[in-house]
Amino acid sequence: MGKRIRVCLKNREKGLWVMKHIAIGILGAATLGLMASAASATTLDTVKAKGFIQCGVSTGLAGFSAPDDKGDWQGIDADFCRAVAAAVFGDGTKVKFTPLSAKERFTALQSGEVDILSRNTTWTINRDTALGLNFVGVTYYDGQGFMINAKKLPGVNSALQLSGAAVCVQSGTTTELNLADYFKANKMEYNPVVFEKLEEVNAAYDAGRCDVYTTDQSGLYGIRLTLASPADHVVLPEIISKEPLGPAVRQGDDQWYHIVKWTYFALLQAEELGITKANVDEMKNSPSPEIKRVLGQEADTKIGTDLGVSNDWVVNIVKAVGNYGELFDRNVGSGSPLKIARGINALWTKGGLQYAPPIR
Amino acid sequence: MASQEVLREAPSRASLINDPKVRSIFYQCLVVALLVSGVWWIVHNTIVNLTNLHIASGFGFLKGRAGFDISDTPIAYTSDSTYGRAIIVGLINTLIVAFVGIITATIIGFVVGIGRLSKNWLIQKICTVYVEVFRNIPPLLVIFFWYSGVLAVLPTPKESIHLPFGSFLNQRGIYFPRAIWGDGSWLILVGLLVGIAMSWFVAQKAKQRQMATGQQFPVFWTSLALIVGLPLLAYVLSGFPVTFDFPKQSTFNLSGGFVVKPEFLSLYLALSFYTAAFISEIVRAGIRGVAKGQSEASAALGLRSGQALRLVVVPQAMRIVIPPLASQYLNLTKNSSLAIAIGYPDLTATTGTVLNQTGQAVECVVIMMVIYLTISILTSLLMNWFNAKMALVER
Amino acid sequence: MQEHDMSWVRTEMMLAQPAPAGVTGLGAWVRKNLIASTGDTIMTIIGIALVAMTLPQIINWAFINAVWTGPNRTVCATVAQGGIQPDGWSGACWAFVNAKFGQFMFGTYPIEERWRPILVGILLVVLMVPMLMPSVPRKGLNALLLIVGLPVVSFFLLVGGVFGLEHVETARWGGLLVTLSLSFVAIVVSLPLGIVLALGRRSKMPVVKMLCVIFIEAVRGIPLITVLFMASVMLPLFLPPGVTFDKYLRALIGVSLFAAAYMAEVVRGGLQAIPKGQYEGADSLGLGYWQKMYFIVMPQALKLVIPGIVNTFIGMFKDTSLVTIISMFDLLGIVKQNFADANWASAQTAKSGLIFAAFVFWLFCFGMSRYSMYTERRLDTGHKR
Repeated sequence: MGKRIRVCLKNREKGLWVMKHIAIGILGAATLGLMASAASATTLDTVKAKGFIQCGVSTGLAGFSAPDDKGDWQGIDADFCRAVAAAVFGDGTKVKFTPLSAKERFTALQSGEVDILSRNTTWTINRDTALGLNFVGVTYYDGQGFMINAKKLPGVNSALQLSGAAVCVQSGTTTELNLADYFKANKMEYNPVVFEKLEEVNAAYDAGRCDVYTTDQSGLYGIRLTLASPADHVVLPEIISKEPLGPAVRQGDDQWYHIVKWTYFALLQAEELGITKANVDEMKNSPSPEIKRVLGQEADTKIGTDLGVSNDWVVNIVKAVGNYGELFDRNVGSGSPLKIARGINALWTKGGLQYAPPIR
Repeated sequence: MASQEVLREAPSRASLINDPKVRSIFYQCLVVALLVSGVWWIVHNTIVNLTNLHIASGFGFLKGRAGFDISDTPIAYTSDSTYGRAIIVGLINTLIVAFVGIITATIIGFVVGIGRLSKNWLIQKICTVYVEVFRNIPPLLVIFFWYSGVLAVLPTPKESIHLPFGSFLNQRGIYFPRAIWGDGSWLILVGLLVGIAMSWFVAQKAKQRQMATGQQFPVFWTSLALIVGLPLLAYVLSGFPVTFDFPKQSTFNLSGGFVVKPEFLSLYLALSFYTAAFISEIVRAGIRGVAKGQSEASAALGLRSGQALRLVVVPQAMRIVIPPLASQYLNLTKNSSLAIAIGYPDLTATTGTVLNQTGQAVECVVIMMVIYLTISILTSLLMNWFNAKMALVER
Repeated sequence: MQEHDMSWVRTEMMLAQPAPAGVTGLGAWVRKNLIASTGDTIMTIIGIALVAMTLPQIINWAFINAVWTGPNRTVCATVAQGGIQPDGWSGACWAFVNAKFGQFMFGTYPIEERWRPILVGILLVVLMVPMLMPSVPRKGLNALLLIVGLPVVSFFLLVGGVFGLEHVETARWGGLLVTLSLSFVAIVVSLPLGIVLALGRRSKMPVVKMLCVIFIEAVRGIPLITVLFMASVMLPLFLPPGVTFDKYLRALIGVSLFAAAYMAEVVRGGLQAIPKGQYEGADSLGLGYWQKMYFIVMPQALKLVIPGIVNTFIGMFKDTSLVTIISMFDLLGIVKQNFADANWASAQTAKSGLIFAAFVFWLFCFGMSRYSMYTERRLDTGHKR
């Protein structure tokens, strides 16, 4: 009898031991599986080792980064990451997206969770210095605007008439700060209605919780499409701030910074030289020395390898996403539901601000 | 004989490894060592990360200009105020919503809890459905429901519903006239205080009299008269010093007056209704925990069912109810952090905004945690004290 | 001696009489349960008015006027809003839920790979049902498969990257998949962790005890959102440069630690209810500490606190909805995200979506609480004092 109990105890003890070890094993495996480690390697090496670029995008802003019906991310910001992937791997699909809220975005980049933060983020000196980021350039020159429901508020056609209005705004953005400054400077009163997420701001504005919606003007056009009756809403002409939106990388890795920065310039340069997704292969044989140089067709060229990528990197970029103009038109311009004019985002040759240093 | 001698010998010392005391000290040292090294590792990593990435650290940012506005500001606050003040505004908002939420949840909870024990079949079923629905959906969803419900049902500012006393109700909230206290209004406050003091005195006297003679005295009505009447008298005597700022229609909204915003309203209602479902279960368990003989005995004494409930059952049930009730109050306070989802500027929301504007994640999250912990500990202490006081009544 | 029939008790039973007219039937039931007194009558009238005011509207909205299928927003919008419904129409837009059902269940999990979460779901049901039925034997093996086997298999199935399965990063998980997997893992992890913490809190080693108390009380004193914030914005800074955790894993850690603290308190309640004699008895049998706990104390203590444990599970299941705040798309998150879809923007979309989400949550929580009541009754072996 006693023996039987002892055997029984022993068996159960054995069971305990087995279970404990299995549990430890699983925890270990799960942790390893979901944990990416890359201590003290350059970002480029890490990216190459893991085989894809991790790209931080917004949780959904039409035209910049939003998942389509199949869950693929579309928009300028998403395509920019594809362009970097094309430069690094020669394949624009080697990129994975992490949706980030406004609050998480900087920590995600700082901690290495994402390799590029391409999330309609405004370039400010504070973010460049105190937050440990490096902005690579401005993929979209934006400015903060206001949208109102013209049907409910006939006769309002300037932001200066907005005194006393309830204003919907997303928290933790530069928008929120500009809003406060603008109303203060113009000695107007307002009631802020502040939400954490864009969807919530949209819903509240659509439900009539506030009179005015303020965010970057490009965003306003995108958001207007998602409202119950878009035709009722108008974007007011005033632009109250400079919002240069661009991708950012971590500080302290110049090589990666250069790759991302020059990917952006390559997109511009391709547009300037008329290299498009359709004609890039023909262009390789172009007589123009400049085009040949940019596309890496010069003999003994070292432009690409010096940067840390292959010499035909520009070809890969354009093949993957097209040039900057194509990218713009497809996502926010005439080829998209947003129909935003190029405006100051045109090339410098066409009176805009987009200007790339020479690739040579 | 030999065996006895063996027994008398001092027990042979177990080897050091098997000595429970040594083992215990060893384990504790191990735990401390692990903990210290773990903490050191984390701190080291954080410092390395912060310096590598050139991220600012320290609490100096609290003195910086906030630059953003907050929708509900119980204390003076503008975009020129400091980050620190923004966090305090958030804290006060949290306390306000938690306080009124706790009161309302308790009232609804008691009503529903007693309703579930009602002999009336219909009332009982309605209360059961209420509890089963609210208990089993996430509080966040309840908040969204109230918020979208409130916004959907209420009219636009132009079509405001007029309420009595110059109040209005619309999508932007409930607008009340705001009292402006003129000279001499201190007299009203004095009147109120005196009224409360006198009511307390009357209640004591009445209790003594009932103990001595068995005669009852209408304490409630007397107190009501005193508490309402005295300030009113003071108001008249001091020459009507209080004027009211009535809300008026302006271009966009109503201006002036005192506004209760829909964010606050929906958060408050959602928290109250959600927590009330739990409180009602606690109350039901508490009342059922009182022996049936108690209510039978009170019936035998000739007490009506309402009186029996009020004088005999509930006071005893309270002792069972208070400890779990305290934890529900804490839950409500913690759940108020869900305000962030509908844009009510509570502690989590404002601190979150500060985090966002300054990028100092570690400091902001630490501030948030410390404040919530302090609130929790204070509430626990208060409820423990109350619990002890209630328990003392027992013989 | 002649036998006198002295009995004054009747020898045959009297025939049962029907109950008096006043105490049976519908009328009596109504009298007893609805209009027993004036106060009761007033309450009943108020109650009937309440039901009459709300119920027809709800039924009308949710069933009679509801739209069940449709290609886009037009079926759920009135003519004035650019749809096909007559003005003044108000009904649920189940067509929206119908069209987005796949997303609500799996998030943006690749469509051709969705058999994987479905398979995991089937496995869960297959393992869970016999576990929940008391009459099915081999509970030990079943539990091992459910608690150890299933997570391992699910992990490889869902994440992929091995055995020729395509790798699906957790950022693409969503909907009920996230809600269920988060809460299941949190439940599996938090119970043992909670037991360890509870034992630590009752330990005789002062350092261990103090650490457990601090952990439990600190976690219980702060809202889950703060914990999730910490997991999402602070945790990355705690790790050595370059090491990152998947966001899903971070949320999982946050929720599990949070649940463990609550679980610890529930288990402690059970431990305290075990009479001292049981501990002493175990000691006198010469069992070591872990043996004592495993064979004697825990089986009794856990049985006592089953309702508490299930309540914690329910709370945790509901709490997973908070991960939407750190922009993960659980059921509630994905429903809310789809409100932004211009194809389905209508006045009814949000309401319908939220009610669908509420219904799913309710179904699970209500099921759990009913099952716990059933278990409680079944396990009620009369030890209650």
